[in-house]
Amino acid sequence: MGRIQLLGNGISRKTGTSRRCARMGKLVGSAVVVLLGLGLLQRLLMPKYASDVVEGALIAEYYSEEKDHDVIFIGDCEVYENFSPAVLWQDYGINSYIRGSAQQLIWQSYYLLEDTLRYEKPDTVIFNVLSMQYNEPQREAYNRMTLEGMRWSSSKAASIAVSMTEEEHFLEYVFPLLRYHSRWSELGAEDVRYMFRTPKVSHNGYYMRVDVKPAENVPEGRILADYSFGDNAWEYLEKMAALCRENDIRLILVKAPSLYPHWYDQWEEQIEDYAARNDLLYINYLELVEETGLDFSTDTYDGGLHLNLSGAEKITKHLGGVLRQEAGLADRRDEEHLALVWEEKLAAYEQEKERQYEEQGN
Amino acid sequence: MEELLEILKDLHPEVDFETCDTLIDDKILDSFDIVSIIAEINDCFDVTITAEKITPQNFNSAEALYALIQELEDGE
Amino acid sequence: MLFTSYAFLGFIGGVFLLYYLIPRRLQWGLLLLASYLFYFIAGPSWLLYLVATTATTYFAARRIEQVGARQKAYIKANKESLSAQEKKAYKEKMKGRQRGWMLACLLLNLGILAVVKYTNFAIYNINGLLRLTGSGAQLDFWDIALPMGISFYTFQALGYLIDVYRGTVAAEKNPFRLALFVSFFPQLIQGPISRFGDLARSLYEEHAFEAKRFCYGLERVLWGYFKKLVIADRILTGVNTIIRDAETYQGAYVFVGMLFYALELYADFTGGIDITIGIAQALGIEVKENFNRPYFSKSVKEYWRRWHITMGTWFTDYIFYPISVCKPMLKLSRFARAHLGENMGKRIPIYLSSFAVWLATGVWHGASWNFIVWGLGNWVVLMISQELEPVYARFHRRFDVQGRGWFKLFQVLRTVFVMSCLRTFDCYRDVPLTFRMFGTMFTRWNWHILWDGSLLGIGLGAADYAVLLVGLILLVTVSLLQRTGGVRDRIAARPYPVRFLVWYGLFLAVLLLGAYGFGYDASQFIYNQF
Repeated sequence: MGRIQLLGNGISRKTGTSRRCARMGKLVGSAVVVLLGLGLLQRLLMPKYASDVVEGALIAEYYSEEKDHDVIFIGDCEVYENFSPAVLWQDYGINSYIRGSAQQLIWQSYYLLEDTLRYEKPDTVIFNVLSMQYNEPQREAYNRMTLEGMRWSSSKAASIAVSMTEEEHFLEYVFPLLRYHSRWSELGAEDVRYMFRTPKVSHNGYYMRVDVKPAENVPEGRILADYSFGDNAWEYLEKMAALCRENDIRLILVKAPSLYPHWYDQWEEQIEDYAARNDLLYINYLELVEETGLDFSTDTYDGGLHLNLSGAEKITKHLGGVLRQEAGLADRRDEEHLALVWEEKLAAYEQEKERQYEEQGN
Repeated sequence: MEELLEILKDLHPEVDFETCDTLIDDKILDSFDIVSIIAEINDCFDVTITAEKITPQNFNSAEALYALIQELEDGE
Repeated sequence: MLFTSYAFLGFIGGVFLLYYLIPRRLQWGLLLLASYLFYFIAGPSWLLYLVATTATTYFAARRIEQVGARQKAYIKANKESLSAQEKKAYKEKMKGRQRGWMLACLLLNLGILAVVKYTNFAIYNINGLLRLTGSGAQLDFWDIALPMGISFYTFQALGYLIDVYRGTVAAEKNPFRLALFVSFFPQLIQGPISRFGDLARSLYEEHAFEAKRFCYGLERVLWGYFKKLVIADRILTGVNTIIRDAETYQGAYVFVGMLFYALELYADFTGGIDITIGIAQALGIEVKENFNRPYFSKSVKEYWRRWHITMGTWFTDYIFYPISVCKPMLKLSRFARAHLGENMGKRIPIYLSSFAVWLATGVWHGASWNFIVWGLGNWVVLMISQELEPVYARFHRRFDVQGRGWFKLFQVLRTVFVMSCLRTFDCYRDVPLTFRMFGTMFTRWNWHILWDGSLLGIGLGAADYAVLLVGLILLVTVSLLQRTGGVRDRIAARPYPVRFLVWYGLFLAVLLLGAYGFGYDASQFIYNQF
């Protein structure tokens, strides 16, 4: 009797452990299926920004670059549509990259600079000052395009926290599936094709457009109640300047020559004043239209909001000269590795240019 | 008891009140029925069934209801 | 904190975790803490109302019990010396005292509710009268936010008070326990209105973690979210488009809006209750059902036994019965029967009491005329169908249709239709406008909008309709299955991979098809304003 009982216990103990094992296996297996499924769904449902609204892809492209830039541009559409790093390389041997996105707010620019400094320390940072006009979070769609491409870091978290509009939730940035869950009804072939790899859309952060739409009847800026920039905007400009100082980086302020949104004289005064006080170089390309040879009947693709390729190349040529003279940036075209990298980039640049001109021709 | 059964039969001729003990649980009597029954009982037996006595236990069967009536009669 | 907010999900996650980690005797204390935290987040100043109601109810109930105990002790001690008459007189006296405490507490709390909920309605009506009399004077509205769930917890507390007075439950000695009964957070927003006798035991009991029960609870919560997010919040867009633009959307649109609202309200309200009962179940607490597949009812009377059950029984037990069996009413009944004939006389007291009930139901739902008219509309329908009973009986003697499938279906559809018509008052929230819009269904003959694609122009796209259709099919299927046993039992009987797929599928459905997050209005549960 005793022996049988003993045997019985042994068996039940054994099955007990194996049952526990089975339960563990079930649990782990289920968790894997759940997480894998959610991960795939998230990849599938997130916008790919591959052929439509490509601006959304700009921020993320930086991370796959070799990080050895002399110049980093930071700002909104006024940087990524108006300056061409390819020209800076071709004409001056300056290696540059644009970290800009649509309606990139100044604190987003600041945190993006913080983020960039994790990877490299450029010689010069060029910040376009248009975003000084915004003192509060603006639009969710632009927030998404600016923030989602960033890799996770304390900078990204901080940037999200200060950028969110009232309806947004931090959690929806951590799990973008929560934000894009209803995109299932508008999924296309691109969402499947680019689920894991998206194509490159920019040329070192530059978004190329060759089409022309002359600037006519640019509206005057409407009268504002208050022309002074907000406290928030100043705070982050100050932080950006301080960050550059700490890292021994030359900060240059620019205002791109876009005719609209209107750049008020009162704004100009404040920036000029700030630059003078802080001993910063400030270039306002609105005042250099003649010097750069910019022609708003041929050099813009949307009636003066943004420059097209020919406009961007004109401005960049001028900027290159300034960088050479004022910042003393060296010509690096003789660096073998860099030259090779750029050779490939320039080929892609020319190819895209041709493709677009052809498209125009048709 | 006879009188009570008559009152009940009058209301729902199709129900066998002598055996059924789920009048409330099976929703055979609704609130309107209950109020009618109480009014009739008030007439026949001269007892007043107050609202707090309206519980499923007291109304689930004719027997329980009759017990309630007797209890009230004794009390008064 | 809405049920559909990320914060709430985090909140209940935290509560679940702590609940099963801490010593079990502390569990109900944790729930009290969580409930007060929940209410504090909703509106810190509202806690005052909640505490006031809890405290007054606690003390009144305790007094009532003490008076009762004193009465018993006195009678017992003086059994020999007192005559029957003296005993009776003494009992009456003490009962009167108990009634005094009960009524004082009742009136105080109903007073609070009335003041915060109906002051502006009173001002609105006074202003209307002032205008009528040609007076230029107008009163200013009172700027006050209605404390969340006040109608629900006040009724729950008063139900307890009356039950103690009636002797059906014993007064709770621990004020904190009573505080938990009044404030239990899953049902704070929109009920159910639980009875102390039903809820108390499992609320204060110690609960060990039980995987099956916990899982059942979560399944129900998930199903609630499906109803709420996938169906209700999605169709809400269409409902709102129609009712907010009464000039454009008339005729057949009103009909569509009516049916959509029926679905929306059902999915929203029952979904919310599923979440409530599911959370409670996961905590080991039994909350009484509030719905019993109401849209399968074959008459309006039956519908009201199956929809918002806890509210219905509250009104029946605490208003309908007390009024209909009180002495004056019995006298009236006798008088009516003597003078108007047996049948009619019997019905008059019933009709009067139920008039009071439906007036109260209307007023309880909201402080405006549309709710009062809606409540009385229900009363009218109920009375008419009661009066038509003999006609129905004759019809059924003549034609053998009772119990046939198609006839049942007809009855069900008829009930849904009648209830939907009544609810148009709830949609437009303006009595004359409701009548006018209802009229356009007959005057503006535009039924072609049902099939010419116009319905794609009310804020719902083809994808939305597809989701709604799938949701509706699922809803009906589950309801049909429930008639012959629990759906969760059926799922539990399946092998694990099947169960897993069901859970995961439902979860993904809520996640992907739910109308939540950016771009959707975070619509409040319809019922929590009441």
